[in-house]
Amino acid sequence: MNAAQALLWFFAAGALAGGVLMLFARHPMRVALALIGSMLSLAGIYAVLGVHVVAVFQVLIYVGAVMVFMVYVIMLLDVRDPSFLRRYGPSLLPAALLAGAVAVALGAAVSRSTLAEAPLVASLGDPEPGTAFAVQPFAAELLERYWLHFELTSVLLLAAVVAAIAVVRSGRRHDG
Amino acid sequence: MDNTSLLVTLSIALFALGLLGVMIRRNALVMLMCMELMLNGVILSIVAFAARTATVSGTVLVFLVFVVAAAEIAIAIPIVLQLSRRRHTLDVSAYGELKG
Repeated sequence: MNAAQALLWFFAAGALAGGVLMLFARHPMRVALALIGSMLSLAGIYAVLGVHVVAVFQVLIYVGAVMVFMVYVIMLLDVRDPSFLRRYGPSLLPAALLAGAVAVALGAAVSRSTLAEAPLVASLGDPEPGTAFAVQPFAAELLERYWLHFELTSVLLLAAVVAAIAVVRSGRRHDG
Repeated sequence: MDNTSLLVTLSIALFALGLLGVMIRRNALVMLMCMELMLNGVILSIVAFAARTATVSGTVLVFLVFVVAAAEIAIAIPIVLQLSRRRHTLDVSAYGELKG
């Protein structure tokens, strides 16, 4: 087991621990911190795999934008909420059974698929990892082949901004 | 256990944990964060397969998914804020009028 392999297992354990902690933490701020830990571990996994672009985006967009937004909202809202005291809803056992069934079904589907047996192109611990995933091939692929999708995301973001403003304003009108 | 199966197993575990969290937790913000965990599990599987086959298109897809996730959270959080302003709680069991 080389160093990259050990790092991969370490980050995988971190991501899993963050996910488990999210189920048990009482206060939403702790849930948010567990999720941030899980996301940073995933960014570590991407970096070990050599997909540095995705690792940077994971930290910048997810941890830097989405989770900071989430943390602000948690601080904005009331701390003494009844949902902080009673963490779980009424249907604990059926939910656990359903989630387990989904996990088993996904595992069965993945183990039967042939994607996992695809030829190993990029192996871990290469002397020069991530040359296929450097910024330049990513940028060329994004702006030459997928430029239309890239432009469409700007339309999507505009729609999201307008929708967010509309939601906030309609709520104000109801409050009077 | 090779790396791809480790990462795919981890992504399935994260997805299932997020799904469980969405179903059992009462707090609306915690449910949102569990949905983010589900999305992270899916993204991990995309990256694992893209890294295995050295497909650069996979990273472009992940980038687009990130943008969509940012847009999703930008709409979801104002909705949660409006709900909590109207009911004065984040407990989803108080939002009875959302029943279908």
